[in-house]
Amino acid sequence: MSYIPHTDAERQQMLAAVGVTTIEDLFEAVPASHRFPKLDLPAPMSEMEIMAELQSMAEANEHAGDFALFRGAGAYHHFIPAAVNHILLRSEFYTAYTPYQPEVSQGTLQAIFEYQSMMATLTGMDAANASHYDGATSLAEAVTVAMDVGRGKRRKVILSPAINPQYREVVRTYHQGTSTKFVGDNGQAGINDLVDMLDDDTAMLAVAYPNFFGQIDDLKGLAEEVHSAGAILVIVANPMALALFKSPGELGADIVVGEGQPLGIPLSYGGPYLGFFCTKMKHVRRIAGRIVGETVDEDGKRAFVMTLRPREQDIRREKASSNICTNQGLMALSACVYLSLMGKNGLKQAATLNYHKAHYAADQIDMLDGYTVDRSKPFFNEFQVKCPQPVTEINEQLIQKGIIGGYDLGQDYPHLQNTMLIAVTETNNREEIDSLVAELKEIAS
Amino acid sequence: MNEPLIYDMSVAGRTSALLPALDVPETPLPKDLLRDTLDLPEVSELQVMRHFVRLSHLNHSIDTGFYPLGSCTMKYNPKINEDTARLPGFAQLHPRTDDEGAQGALALMHQLQTWLAEISGFQAVSLAPAAGAQGEFAGILMIRKYHQDRGDTKRTKILVPNSAHGTNPATVSMAGFEAVELPSDNNGDVDLAALRAACDDTIAGMMITVPSTLGLFEGHILDVIKAVHACGGLMYMDGANMNALMGAVKPGELGFDVMHYNLHKTFSTPHGGGGPGSGPVGVNDKLKPFLPGPVVEIVDEGSDEEPPLYGMKMPEKSIGRLKAFYGNFGMHVRAYTYIGIHGDSGIKDITRHAVLNANYIRVKLRDTYKVPYDRICAHEFVLEGHFEGVENVHALDISKRLMDYGIHPPTNYFPLIVPEALMIEPTETEDKATIDEFIDVMKKIATEAQTDPDLLRTAPHTAPVKRLDEVRAAKQLVLCCRPVPEWAAGD
Amino acid sequence: MGNTTPADLKYTKNDEWVRLEGSTATLGITDYAQEQLNDIVYVELPDVGAKFAKGESFGVVESVKAASDVYTPVGGTISAVNSGLEDQPELINTDPYGEGWLVKFTVDNADVSDLLDADAYSAYCESR
Repeated sequence: MSYIPHTDAERQQMLAAVGVTTIEDLFEAVPASHRFPKLDLPAPMSEMEIMAELQSMAEANEHAGDFALFRGAGAYHHFIPAAVNHILLRSEFYTAYTPYQPEVSQGTLQAIFEYQSMMATLTGMDAANASHYDGATSLAEAVTVAMDVGRGKRRKVILSPAINPQYREVVRTYHQGTSTKFVGDNGQAGINDLVDMLDDDTAMLAVAYPNFFGQIDDLKGLAEEVHSAGAILVIVANPMALALFKSPGELGADIVVGEGQPLGIPLSYGGPYLGFFCTKMKHVRRIAGRIVGETVDEDGKRAFVMTLRPREQDIRREKASSNICTNQGLMALSACVYLSLMGKNGLKQAATLNYHKAHYAADQIDMLDGYTVDRSKPFFNEFQVKCPQPVTEINEQLIQKGIIGGYDLGQDYPHLQNTMLIAVTETNNREEIDSLVAELKEIAS
Repeated sequence: MNEPLIYDMSVAGRTSALLPALDVPETPLPKDLLRDTLDLPEVSELQVMRHFVRLSHLNHSIDTGFYPLGSCTMKYNPKINEDTARLPGFAQLHPRTDDEGAQGALALMHQLQTWLAEISGFQAVSLAPAAGAQGEFAGILMIRKYHQDRGDTKRTKILVPNSAHGTNPATVSMAGFEAVELPSDNNGDVDLAALRAACDDTIAGMMITVPSTLGLFEGHILDVIKAVHACGGLMYMDGANMNALMGAVKPGELGFDVMHYNLHKTFSTPHGGGGPGSGPVGVNDKLKPFLPGPVVEIVDEGSDEEPPLYGMKMPEKSIGRLKAFYGNFGMHVRAYTYIGIHGDSGIKDITRHAVLNANYIRVKLRDTYKVPYDRICAHEFVLEGHFEGVENVHALDISKRLMDYGIHPPTNYFPLIVPEALMIEPTETEDKATIDEFIDVMKKIATEAQTDPDLLRTAPHTAPVKRLDEVRAAKQLVLCCRPVPEWAAGD
Repeated sequence: MGNTTPADLKYTKNDEWVRLEGSTATLGITDYAQEQLNDIVYVELPDVGAKFAKGESFGVVESVKAASDVYTPVGGTISAVNSGLEDQPELINTDPYGEGWLVKFTVDNADVSDLLDADAYSAYCESR
């Protein structure tokens, strides 16, 4: 099958117009020794055939449609209103390019402007960009901003070990070509230990909220400490938690980044997701990625346009701070539609359901012999459980019962062997939670 | 009339009942940690649908009209792609699923790695990069690590032709290298003498787009590759224009060491109004150990009865992780669908027709517009958007006037080495009638430029808005429609 | 081009101008440069007290379509910045040699003999 509309007659007319006999004649500039190589690909398939093949591949996966899912650790199974997908399937949105021509892109531009507005207010900041690839790359871009704020004279970045381990890997990948030093995250440092590392070489300090273990750390006074050392405070936030808990802006953050996937974006095996990036106005000219601003057209009519363009790679070239071109446009649209549909009350209700269900599950599991829930700090929708057996062994048994168990923290944190990170969201009903508890009990006995 | 902002439709107290009731006992909330207000709209589902559907009407898109935007490959996005990516077994698969439970996804990724490697003649592919720009970044980091690994630390520069897309020099800087710009010769190719003069033991490699951003197959690409290899540098190919090469030539066989693909260009995963993209990288054996990870490998070959077992692996000397999890998997499903449907003959046909269509337009417009490098082109070509004897009509004015005819403008002012550049890429999926109509409109606009230039200068006339005040946008910086919170106001 | 080029100033090939008075150098961008950039929307300038070596970039001038680094042809310490540009960056367009000045340096070395005079700079602009 193919999507090429030309008939033989049309092809001949076009070739004649160009002045060649065959299409092959158009490739003479390609070195003859390498021209028209063999292509070892399968024969073409029909729509029905490819769909059947992919359906069988999809069904080979253990997914949240068939299993009770209690795994989070950076990606969360949340309810997505049906209307979100219907908007995403509007061709006018998903088959458009980046809105470089604002006169014929007002739909995309206004949606991004509304997304920016919602993210800024959710995080308590005064501006947001049009998004980065994901939460991890947003954090990496925040480091670049911090280096710029420090005018290249401050080289140290303090990372909390309770930031998603994958994010900390990505940040290091991004900055391996620079002299930036990353410290703080190779042990069990708490917030106070991180504060002790501040000095006049520190450009930024980053913490997670809730942290990777689902906990809400006490961040009161942290911003003052960071600022008095001349550094900036970056908070990596879970946007769903922000419906309930104090905004990072109120806690004094200079930049707030995070993974927007909980806002109406399917799990999709890790991507495409949505890296949100919010900032105080004073840093807005330093940030990478697209930003949409309001203006007027020649008739004075309100309109939207990509602004602060000279920061970007296509104009600034080797002097740009980042090479990013795309944003996660369609994912930002998902979040925008999701936040509109859920609204002020719906988002708070969803977050509240997460909180109560996770705490119910934690209470039940904590009562089981052999299991201990970490209750040292308040938590949102995810909590750690010390288990009587290795987590992989428990999960092997749970999967037999139709349950995808929690994440094995021992993989990333050597001191957390036999510790499971369990996520509970509004998608888990009481029956599922009770069955998880019953199976855990069974496994321990 | 303006479409109001969603916030302006909000009515306090309006709720939608989307969520189930609480079915477990309540736990007291930690009061001193809670926020006081949440400033989100309060609107009904119907309001939301009308708002976003009306917004969608303000966009030009592939499905509403011709989109000859050079270097962006705005081809038709088959609808089946959207259906396969939404299969529950993919869309609801958690990325922390154990490999044993994700065999379908891993098999798909492994096959896509293999297909992409085959199409471009490389030994290995990583699907990790989230976009073309990230693929470029990965490629240059791999080159950096390759030299470091050999103890060769004096290579600090990367060569970039002056026709390059801005991401190339930006990528070079981001990876800690210095970008050295190379001039082009009169044919629009890399100036070989300048290249040879620049090649020494401080060169880590070269980034080059093939076909070039002028839409031309580099006349002496093998000499370019040879010169850079001879000084110990590696060759990076920007694969943005891969739509011109499939089945015609394999970059890996030409001698390139690494390239990135744009799945959202060549392999029809949609552009999404600016993303998500997907930018896998292909490499030869030299760079394979340095690939960004994880990549999918066969852990156990299996047998006649048992399928192979796939697993995620971090390559031995990997440059590291580029994003959380494994790349933009949803885009991998779409690209797999697209390659599967086309198969061997279909993939070749894509390139053949993309190149035919571009040449047809070039030949038809060469007498009306100046085509600065007028020879057989690849999948796109560049013309100059200005007219002798007509003052103050620019490429931008032609672009804006095209909107009045329901056609999206070509890429403007790029590449930088052509004055008033208009870069035209029709793609293979447009039929002859649409292409002929575009040609007629371009000729008509050229006539209008002579007879009524103001028609161009004041265009567009029929778009949802007229030309925008970009100075005001940049000076006043209204980036958010909500009041600034009090704790932020002081700054 | 019809750009103005005051005779009492010194110029660089990067389109900055310098007015040296004793050990104080006032710096800005030329009429030619502001015209090339078009509507200037933002200027990033250093803090008073910052030190720069000769040839170093000390700020950025941005229009809607371009961003241009500004380099100092003299080494020294910033003694004043034009704070009026914060709200009115367009002063650079309307009065590049007057109200549109960027910074003042206390120079380490008052030798500006390697810079272009007005005639040489005008000829240089014509040649581009």
